[in-house]
Amino acid sequence: MANRKIVDARGSFCPGPLMELIAAMKAAQIGDELEILSTDKGSANDIPEWIRKVKHEHLETTEENGVWHVLVKKAK
Amino acid sequence: MKILIVGGGMGGTILANNLARRLSTELRSGKARITMLSASDKHMYQPGLLYLAVGRMTPDELYRDQRSLLEPGIDFHVDPAEEFRLDKNEVRTKGGKVYGYDVMVVATGSRAMPEEIPGLAENSEMFYTEESAVKMFRSLQKFQGGKVVIAMGVPHKCPMAPLEIAFMLHDYFRNRGILDKTKIHYTYPIGRVHSLENVAKWAAPEFDRLGISYETLFNMKEVDGAKKIVRSEEGTETDYDLLITIPAHRGMEVIEKNGMGNRGWIPTHRHKLNMEGRENVFVIGDTTNIPISKAGSTAHFEAEALGENIAAMVKMGMPVREYDGKVFCFIETGNDRATYASFDYLNPPDPKVPTRAIHWFKLAYNKLYWASARGLL
Repeated sequence: MANRKIVDARGSFCPGPLMELIAAMKAAQIGDELEILSTDKGSANDIPEWIRKVKHEHLETTEENGVWHVLVKKAK
Repeated sequence: MKILIVGGGMGGTILANNLARRLSTELRSGKARITMLSASDKHMYQPGLLYLAVGRMTPDELYRDQRSLLEPGIDFHVDPAEEFRLDKNEVRTKGGKVYGYDVMVVATGSRAMPEEIPGLAENSEMFYTEESAVKMFRSLQKFQGGKVVIAMGVPHKCPMAPLEIAFMLHDYFRNRGILDKTKIHYTYPIGRVHSLENVAKWAAPEFDRLGISYETLFNMKEVDGAKKIVRSEEGTETDYDLLITIPAHRGMEVIEKNGMGNRGWIPTHRHKLNMEGRENVFVIGDTTNIPISKAGSTAHFEAEALGENIAAMVKMGMPVREYDGKVFCFIETGNDRATYASFDYLNPPDPKVPTRAIHWFKLAYNKLYWASARGLL
């Protein structure tokens, strides 16, 4: 069963959240889901763009009380 | 009040001089004492390294004797901190001395870490030390044309350095008459050519105009020196004839060894500048984990705010202002022109059209810096 890991990058500004995700992705296994939390609006664009380039699976992006939750599945 | 400043770079030096002036009466009467610990008796103008790397400055222009920059009342020691005993309000130095404090300011700076990417240190040129900048210039002088790749990690000292080195290399190759045989390829870790959105919006068309190609979302994974290829975490790769890097930085080892911050960045309150959980320990310059530019001007403006606050703490027992995130960065854009980015926590930068006047002001600032370090500018 796939694990889901929270990457809490709240309070960090661009490019901090993306860098946190890249580091977490290195440590994850294929099929794992990572949910990155960011208070930086730029991350809501940057992170999905990175996911597309790297060809992981972008599951969803939601915003709740100023926190963006980007859910991604490690595909390779 | 015993004030201990750990670090003799730009932030520590401006702060010490600012405090010495504000507290001249208290220093004379013995009510206040300012002690500075530094790893070196020399003070380097670090922004000059960029110019050194392209042959526009020489090493001797980068240094002054640290004591010559300090106000007379400052007790200066070349003896770097080795152990921070925060619960005892004291610091042990490499030389074995122990300094107590009522207020401590940590301004130990940061260091480039090319060794964190396999193959990077051995196969690239950088300009974050005197030695590496001179070596880079030597490589540039030997270069007769080909593909120059600029690749970087984050965070790094001077957020404008990636753009500036791209523009300055363009100038350098044009002046040598080999621009037609040279291709400059710029890479950047996030989805645009600079982390500050307005700076990226301004810089990308400048790159297009100058024929500088770029790939965004490029995070270095490894460098294959035999094949002359840089591979990215994203699965792409680019070949090079000359690789210029701006490596990811870390805070100083002493901070990591003392468990004061992950990768050497000390968790710091973004307005009060105190170390999280410590009311009498402050942090300025690159050493903070505040997600703003690691730049001399950040250290400068933080030092001014903190100087005012510590002086007020001596005189009336409380700080009087907050740091607003102010940063000011010149941006050399080549062709003897420059612009600037000025911003704070609430107001993003909005770079203007580059002019010769700003370029000349930057060259003047390369000399005026010493007045700045003395706390006069």
